[in-house]
Amino acid sequence: MNFDPLNFDMGTYAVYIWPAYGVTVLVLGGVTLWSICAWRRAKARLAALEAGQAP
Amino acid sequence: MQFLFRYANPHNFMRLSGAVLPFTVIACLMCLGLGLYLGFSAPPDYQQGRTVLLMFIHVPAATMAMTVYGAIAVCSLLSLVWRHPLSDTAARAAAPLGALFTVLGLITGSLWGKPMWGTYWVWDARLTSFLLLLFVYIGYMALWNAIEDEIRAARAAAILALVGAVNIPIIKFSVEWWNTLHQGESIVSGKTAPVFLAPLLLMMGGYFLLFLTLWMVRIRTAILERRARNLMQAGAR
Repeated sequence: MNFDPLNFDMGTYAVYIWPAYGVTVLVLGGVTLWSICAWRRAKARLAALEAGQAP
Repeated sequence: MQFLFRYANPHNFMRLSGAVLPFTVIACLMCLGLGLYLGFSAPPDYQQGRTVLLMFIHVPAATMAMTVYGAIAVCSLLSLVWRHPLSDTAARAAAPLGALFTVLGLITGSLWGKPMWGTYWVWDARLTSFLLLLFVYIGYMALWNAIEDEIRAARAAAILALVGAVNIPIIKFSVEWWNTLHQGESIVSGKTAPVFLAPLLLMMGGYFLLFLTLWMVRIRTAILERRARNLMQAGAR
């Protein structure tokens, strides 16, 4: 296997490659943040209920 | 089966997943980081040029779209046959992730199709059956939200998931059963050059670990929400 140095030059295909990577980062990053926020919210709500301070 | 039922207990699941999560996060970041590094260091393909880079995000997304559906179908079967306590929660938690992988598979595939086939979309068997998978995911999630009684919703959604599972082998073998514009299988058959296979497998591993991590987080969230609901109901009595 012969790898080249890191190369970010996509030439004429840049218009297809970067949007695809952009959407992927946006969607996967978004769902990760959404899941973590939902987990933290659920944890805080349960803690508040257990402490008898339900909102 | 004993193993499954032992961890079907929400308390055991919370304990086990809490211990496993840090490792899946680290392994996921390592796989994705190394996969991207090798991917962007790979030489241009002799036919596709640099669009080969799209393979490293399209193939893992499409594979995960089908894998996640398979996981939902297994959970649904466990729920219907053995009344496995966590399987409904697990199936429901996986669905939005699977739907998003399907959307990513469609978008990245479309952006790969234009420079390679000259079109963003064609109604061939692979693309059409894959689009159908997105509709099944949407239908599955809509059904869960449409029925108020959680037990009835779980039963109906599990049946829909099992019926929809018929589409998975159709997607997989569509390129063999019909004459499609989409290329045939090239990983298991060894048609992919090692210089592209290495980053591809790392990215596939990274996507799988990302799904596993998010799936566990979402199941844990659902368990906490259920506990909160039970506390509220107990308090209201």
